[in-house]
Amino acid sequence: MKEESLWYIFINASLINNFVLAYFLGICPFLGVSGKMETATKMGGAVTFVMLISSMCAYAIHALLVAINAEFLQLISFIVVIASTVQLVEMFIKKMSPALFRALGIFLPLITTNCAILGLALFQTSKGYGFFESLAYALGAGAGFTLALVLIAGLREQLEFAEVPAVVKGTALTLLIAGILSLSFMGFAGLGS
Amino acid sequence: MAETAVKEKEPLFQFGKKERQLITDPLNDNNPITVQVLGICSALAVTSLVYPSFVMAIAVVFVTGFSSLFTSLLRNYIPKQVRMIVQLVIIATLVTVVELTLKYLNYPIYKQLSVYIGLIITNCIVMGRLEAFAMANKPWRSFLDGIGNGLGYGAILIVVGIIREVFGKGSLFAGSPIEMKIIGPTADYFINTADSVWFGWYANNNLMVLPAAAMFIIGILIWVQRSYNTKLVDVS
Repeated sequence: MKEESLWYIFINASLINNFVLAYFLGICPFLGVSGKMETATKMGGAVTFVMLISSMCAYAIHALLVAINAEFLQLISFIVVIASTVQLVEMFIKKMSPALFRALGIFLPLITTNCAILGLALFQTSKGYGFFESLAYALGAGAGFTLALVLIAGLREQLEFAEVPAVVKGTALTLLIAGILSLSFMGFAGLGS
Repeated sequence: MAETAVKEKEPLFQFGKKERQLITDPLNDNNPITVQVLGICSALAVTSLVYPSFVMAIAVVFVTGFSSLFTSLLRNYIPKQVRMIVQLVIIATLVTVVELTLKYLNYPIYKQLSVYIGLIITNCIVMGRLEAFAMANKPWRSFLDGIGNGLGYGAILIVVGIIREVFGKGSLFAGSPIEMKIIGPTADYFINTADSVWFGWYANNNLMVLPAAAMFIIGILIWVQRSYNTKLVDVS
């Protein structure tokens, strides 16, 4: 395998293999939160932040588990660390900026069950990234997640003025649009070569 | 007094109408994927072939069933504040069991499913059922509820898998011992498009193999289900 530059890892995680549109991770918040532009950007920011922190933690834990030869504990330790990171971030934001805390509301604890974050931790260990590569990967994944969320939120805001049959309204329509978006993101596939 | 006495005599493993409903409800009226819209992530990612979707479905049924059972057994001992972490640890343990078993039994499929087996932990269906049902109900009923929701999820997974594989690759259960070749340009396919008068025009639809197709198919499935089951229309 060729040496991957940090820039390439970033572009790869955000555009070519977008977490939401190519790997289908984090679809639940993608469908749930993408109704409004404002919440979409905030959610994207929060997820990126948690991704960065949990990526660092995952790197350290993986090194530790390899050292003591207990890699079968990987899943359990990752999820516990992510859950506690989210808890910590929640307390931190509550203390520092109550306004932001209220705006994010229920979405903050829900980040724990966002598959994109656990997926990121698992992908970076299975690809064998080093510390800075993991950071670039986390940043790219977060940027890609935010991008997808903002794109679909913009589309859904416009859709409110469109007349669609009641049977497709809501989830069905969002999924169809996401499919088209996913197709268009495949155009980035040539970037890496 | 009489009522409580009767309740205590209730058999531990009864299987009546209510229990049957726990299994059948999630298959249609309350399907985790098409109605509750939970756990879409893995449903989209693993369904390009039927065989991996089938394995994934079994894994999820196992995890939902037993995590509901264990959570329900422990529900009176779990403090409210840390219940999320306790539930996550229960789920993560079960998923690790599944992962190691699969790695031992069938390594190619394990490789193919890669991180998505681990991601059962964050599958919202599992967590959602624990929160909504297992924390407040008796073990046996929680177990059935978990199994039912796992089956509802698995059913959609297999339907999407069948559609994608037949139209995308022309085969069924590729990679498994019972592989079937349905439609294709050589003689070992059931319908040979090379010398057939009726199917000479047919070519595999490569769109179906792409990730985007999964979104279209699930979107259309929700659409179809809602047009048959009109009471679902205004849910979301």
